[in-house]
Parts: sequence; C-alpha cells; structure tokens
Amino acid sequence: MLEKGTAGGAPGGKASGPAPGADDGYDGPILGVFLAIASLLALIVAARTSDPKMQVHAFVFLAAFLIGGFALGVRHYGGLVSDKSSYMFGVVKAGVIASMFWGLAGFLVGLVIALQLAFPHFMYLPDALWENFGRLRPLHTSAVIFAFGGNVLIATSFYVVQRTTRARLWGGVAPWFVFWGYNLFIVIAATGYLMGITESREYAEPEWYADLWLTIVWVVYLAVFLGTLLKRKEPHIYVANWFYLAFIVTIAMLHIVNNLSMPVSLTESKSYSLFSGVQDALVQWWYGHNAVGFFLTAGFLAIMYYFIPKRAERPVYSYRLSIVHFWSLIFIYIWAGPHHLHYTALPEWAQTLGMTFSIMLWMPSWGGMINGLMTLSGAWDKLRTDPVLRMMVVSVAFYGMSTFEGPVMSVRAVNALSHYTDWTIGHVHSGALGWVGYISFGALYCLVPWLWKKKRLYSNALVEWHFWISTIGIVLYITSMWVSGIMQGLMWRAYDQFGFLQYSFVETVAAMHPYYIIRALGGGLFFIGATIMAYNLWRTARGDVSAREQAPAGGLAAAPAE
Amino acid sequence: MAEQEIDEHSGVETTGHEWDGIKELNNPLPRWWLLVFYGTIAVSIVYWILMPSWPGITGYAKGLRNYSERDRVENEVAEFNAKRAQTMNRLLAAPSIADIEKDPDLLQYTLAAGGSIFGDNCATCHGAGGQGAPGFPNLNDDDWLWGGSFSEIEQTIRYGVRSGNPKAHVNVMQAYGKDGVFKPDQISDLVEYVVSLSGREADPAAVARAAPLFAGTCAACHGPDGKGNQSLGAPNLTDDIWLYGGDRKTIRQTLMYGRGGVMPAWADRLSEEQITALAVYVHSLGGGQ
Repeated sequence: MLEKGTAGGAPGGKASGPAPGADDGYDGPILGVFLAIASLLALIVAARTSDPKMQVHAFVFLAAFLIGGFALGVRHYGGLVSDKSSYMFGVVKAGVIASMFWGLAGFLVGLVIALQLAFPHFMYLPDALWENFGRLRPLHTSAVIFAFGGNVLIATSFYVVQRTTRARLWGGVAPWFVFWGYNLFIVIAATGYLMGITESREYAEPEWYADLWLTIVWVVYLAVFLGTLLKRKEPHIYVANWFYLAFIVTIAMLHIVNNLSMPVSLTESKSYSLFSGVQDALVQWWYGHNAVGFFLTAGFLAIMYYFIPKRAERPVYSYRLSIVHFWSLIFIYIWAGPHHLHYTALPEWAQTLGMTFSIMLWMPSWGGMINGLMTLSGAWDKLRTDPVLRMMVVSVAFYGMSTFEGPVMSVRAVNALSHYTDWTIGHVHSGALGWVGYISFGALYCLVPWLWKKKRLYSNALVEWHFWISTIGIVLYITSMWVSGIMQGLMWRAYDQFGFLQYSFVETVAAMHPYYIIRALGGGLFFIGATIMAYNLWRTARGDVSAREQAPAGGLAAAPAE
Repeated sequence: MAEQEIDEHSGVETTGHEWDGIKELNNPLPRWWLLVFYGTIAVSIVYWILMPSWPGITGYAKGLRNYSERDRVENEVAEFNAKRAQTMNRLLAAPSIADIEKDPDLLQYTLAAGGSIFGDNCATCHGAGGQGAPGFPNLNDDDWLWGGSFSEIEQTIRYGVRSGNPKAHVNVMQAYGKDGVFKPDQISDLVEYVVSLSGREADPAAVARAAPLFAGTCAACHGPDGKGNQSLGAPNLTDDIWLYGGDRKTIRQTLMYGRGGVMPAWADRLSEEQITALAVYVHSLGGGQ
C-alpha cells in the first residue's frame, strides 16, 4: 500500500526534465511531491484511525490524491501539455460543468428539505440518519453556496482575470489543482454531513481536516490569481478583479479564524473550537455575515462588473462610483456581523456597532446596483430581445432589494420581530435565488457559447422559459416567507392583558403549514428552471441550434423574439 | 494616460482604460447616492451618542439615554409580576375549584394563565386544543385514565405518569405476547374479545374461547366487565375511546408488546400557582368532574 501511495505521485516527480514553460516549469514536480506526501498522510490516517467515518474520508482523500498523481503522469508522458501562448480555458470549462452539476444537486436537496418542512413524513426513514433534516439542511446550504457558488466564482474569476489582464493563468497546473482540490473539499464536506460529521457552525460545518485542506487550496487560488495579475499586459487592474481579490483574501482570513480549533486527535474527525460562549458566537457571525459579504456579494459583484458591460456592450456607468463603493463596501461590511446576535448575550455596545454599520452599508451596496443598472443606459432595448441580459439585470434588481431589506432587518426594533423567523429565510433567498442565482445563470449562459466556441445558445426560447418559471418560483418563495415569517413573529410575541402568551409554539407551526407548501412550490419551479438551463447549455456545447430558431439567412445572433 | 474619448450615447467621456472591450465612463457619484450615504453615517453617529456603543476597559459607554435592553426587560417582567401578584395570592388562597369558578375575575385570569402554560408545556403532546394524539390522551372528553376531578387532575400534573417521581402514577400493561404469557392464538382470541367489549361485531367462537383468559388475567385491572379502574389507571375498554387505537391491529400490538406511556412530573418544573392554574384550565376543557 505504501508503494502505491508514492507511486501515485512519482510520475509527476520525474517530470522535472526540460521545463516547457517560462513561469511554470516546476509546477508538475512540486504537485507530484505534494500528492505523494499527502497520499502517505492519508494512508497513515486510514490505517491508524479508530473512527470509521474518518477512515472513509482518509480513503476518499487517498483515492483523490492517487487519481491526481495518475492524471499528472498521463499529462506529462502523454504529451498533453497545452499551448502556453493561449488562454487557459480548460479549467474554466470544467468549472462551468461543475457549477451546473452542483447547482442542480443543491437546488434538489433544497426542494427535498422544503418538502420535509411542509410534510414532516416526506422522506422520513427512522432508521436512516442521513436523510434527516438536520443533515440535509447543511448539505443544501453548502451545496448551493460553496459547491455551486464557489465553482461559479472560481470558473468566472479564472476566465475574467485572463481576459482583462491579457495574460494566461499563472502557475502551470496550479489552476487545475485549485479546481479539483476545491471540489474534493466539497465532496469531503458533503459526505461528512451525511455521516454526521459537523462542527455545528452554520456555513462552516466541515471539520478541522477539511478546513485545513481548503486552506491549502485557497492559498494556491490566491497565488494563481495574484500571479496572473502580476504578469498582466494591461496597465490597470479592472474593477472586477478588485472584487475577486477582495473575495479571495477576505474569505481566507474568515475561514482560518472561524475554524481555529483543537482536534481530539490527529486521527479523529472531532474537534473543539478555540473560542467559547459569546466570543464563539461573535466570531461565528463575523464569519457568517462576511461569508455573505465577501463570498456572495463581493465575488458576484465581480461577475456583474464583467458580464453585464460585456453582454450589454456598453461602458461601465461610473469609474468613480466603482472605486468609492468598493472601498466603502469592504470597509463597512466587515463590522456588520453582530446584527445576527441582537437580543443575545452579546454586549449591547457590540449590537449597536453591528446595527449602525449595517445601516451605513446600504449605499455602498447600492453603488454596485447603480453601476450595474446604469451601464444598461443606451442598451435598455436589449432587455426585450436578450433574455440572458434580462436575467442579469433582474439579478441586480434582487440585489438592490435584498441589500435594502438587510439594513432594515438589522435595526433592533425590526429584528425583535424578524429574528429567528422565516422572514430571515425569505431575505436570504431573495439574495440567493435572485441575486446570486441569476447573475450566475447569466454568466453561465454567456460562458458556454464563448468557451465552446459556438455562435449562440441552443435556444433563446428555453432561456425565456427558464427566466419566467424561475422568477415565478422566486416570487412565490420570498412572498410566502415574508407572510409566514411576519405572522410567526407576531404570534410569538402576542400576549394578553395579564401578560400571558397567546399562542403556543405548535399553533405557530400549524399556521405556517400553507406557506411552507407555497415555498416548496416556489423552490420546485426554481429547480425546474435550472434543469431547462442545464439542457440548453448541454445542447449549446454540442453545437446544436434549436430548429425553430435557425435563421435561414445570415444566422443573426440575437433573433427577435416571436 | 490612455486616450480619453466621448461616449456617443451619453456624451460622457470615458476614463480611457479598456479591458477586453469594456470601457468605463467618467460619471460623477450620483448626488442622491452620496447624500443618503452621508445621511446613514449621520444617523449612526447620533445613535452612537444616544445609545450604548463604545467599549472601554472595564465596561462600555451607556450613551446619553443610558439605555439598557436588559433593564427594560427586567422592568417589564417586574411590572407584570406586580400586577399578577395579587391575583396569584387569591388563586393560591382559594380553598376549592368552586371558589375559583365563583369569582369571574379570578377565573378569567386563571384560565388565561393555565392556557398559556398549557400551550408552552402540554400542547406538544396533547395538542394545542388538548385534543390528544395516539398515545396521548384527549383532555376534552369525559374519559379519564386517572380521574377527572380537580384534585385528581392536579395530582396527575404534579407527579406525572411513570415520570420517575416516587409519587407518580404507575400502572403495568405487560407485553403479554412477547413475554409468553399468552400464545399467539390466545392473543388473537383476546383481540376479538376486546373488540366485542365495545359493542362491535366479533367472532363469537373466539370471544367464547377468550372469556376465561380475560376473567383470569385482564379483569384484575380492567374489571370483570372491562369497565376499567381509575385508581389503577386501567382504561375502560367498553366505551370505544382508545388511547392507542381500537382497530384489531393496534389492539394486537398492545397485547403483544404492552404499553407504558410517560408524562413528566411538572412539580419539578412549574410553580405551585402555575400547577393550580393549569389544573383549573385542564378541568375546564370539557371533561372536568
């Protein structure tokens, strides 16, 4: 077994002969040695652990490292080393495929847990723990945020940074390591949740060894991104790249600090947080809120800043606004986390801080919306004919709505009603489905024809179907959660003339039932929309054009809608 | 510096930069945007002056309003407690349920208190309206396992059923099939017998075969006529009201594996006046005797 571990990495290790490229001659050998050492570590853990779940994960790591070493060998000896003079788009294609796959998986799990909430006996198998709501819920959140969103961010950042610097990605095979390493993290996290491995920190559930692995991957990601920026052929750095860089740097910091913990043993999955009590809660929500701020906002604003002007073929509205809103956004966002802990043991001054910084965050957030929408000036007519552009513009509108709702909900008096209710779930989903989902869909609809070198999408009509079905889904989702959440909050706080509570908890649960059904319906529509998109993208990549939309003469890209 | 040009559509000049075909206009910050941004900063500064905001070494600045959420809650709770104290004392001093029922103000207060306590603690099993669920008795009907008088209800609430409290109600419905007391065909006969007790159609031969078994074993608790015994917590089998279900399959399961539901001893968790109010509330639900 030991020989196998080293053999897996060895071919890469021998690749140190003639360096084919200028800046990446040592990438193969370094990765080969790294994979060999990592395989050995995984093997040792697999052999020594008394924790069967840890053993499963050690073998998953081992298998991934061995396959990685094998692929590295094939790449070297099979002469698959690509042309260094062109852009590196293979890894972007892989990212697009992974995004679509994880997106469908994450939306489907979301639909399952929405049905479990509406119908508690749906998929309830008393003896199977993996399909328990408590395990599927983090599976859903991590799948949509980190697996879908993360792959979209990695793929688009690798694409955008190359196009806007006119430089090939730095680091030779390093971008591939980032892609596969990140997806290995996703597999470890997801299988861990299903087996019951969790740190119980919302959006940071994976245990210490998965966190360490992600740290390695993320540092390489940062190096690839910075390396590419450094060798750019453009004098200035485009605004999208500022946002990508802020996202990568800040997520590294948040991830490391929030996951500081002590493992029970190096061969066991369980660990304990460095922090305790209210400090632990504050660190967690400093992380949790900035995961929204720097992963789901800054990262996706970067996508917006490239794909909207590109698709609309119009200049960005205001360079000055982009500078001011960028710096004000990243400076203010980082302080807003305590608003998740209103009316808790967190000292009142810290709650005030979180609330006021959230209020000040309103305009910096809206700066991105203004720049996105105003870029359309001179191209508004395209919204009629181009459903992809329309999707991205609606995305920015949802962004504006949820970044206004957020500061409102952070006000203590409002939070007294909204906290712990479904209103929060509705708020999150107007951002997640509307903003993050639609801007990602827009980017994917743009990228597939560009990357696979096709003139156009398979079918614009299918994009229309996707747009309308999903939009109805989102509206059903967020309106049902508003009604349900506000009703829930009002029922919880209702008391009579003597000061006794008027409703029992189960009465509030019963009252929410119809809204949970509407929510599941909304989620179902959103999922159907995404399957239409996957089909459309697949046919596009194959080079098909829908029979109805084939233009007999000329083959215009934007056929008028019928 | 790159060459600047004027955008044809808007008439605004660009910054002269270009990336992959993307240019930027040199528009100023929207005035309303800037004003609202300054406005939110001003609101925040005012809030910091008025409200607790700045940390120090040993504490934090309380702000001009010297406001504290904790104090506010404590004051509100104290205010309500003071309002309630008088009525609570009258409740505790009331010698019997009849005295409470005669005093409309006291009764209204007690039912409100009891209903709220019921919702927080009892509704999870017994349902928000006390309608019960399989295994959890309906509290709205006249059928009582351990007695429906005020004092009996109070005692059940206080000490529970199989709660671990030494004064808890304990009864035994053994696993007659699993423990081998009855053979499978005897269980089948007894199922028919129990079905027949509530006046439903049953196999007469099986009923005849089961009669001596019932008289010899079951009657000890459920009585020779199956009408039950509240002092033992033995349910009445003739009224067609079922805790776990009266269909043949469920009766068979009860006989095979026995039953042993649990109700917590609320004396460990609720105060005297809360228990009294709760007992009044449950007594009022419909079946109080």
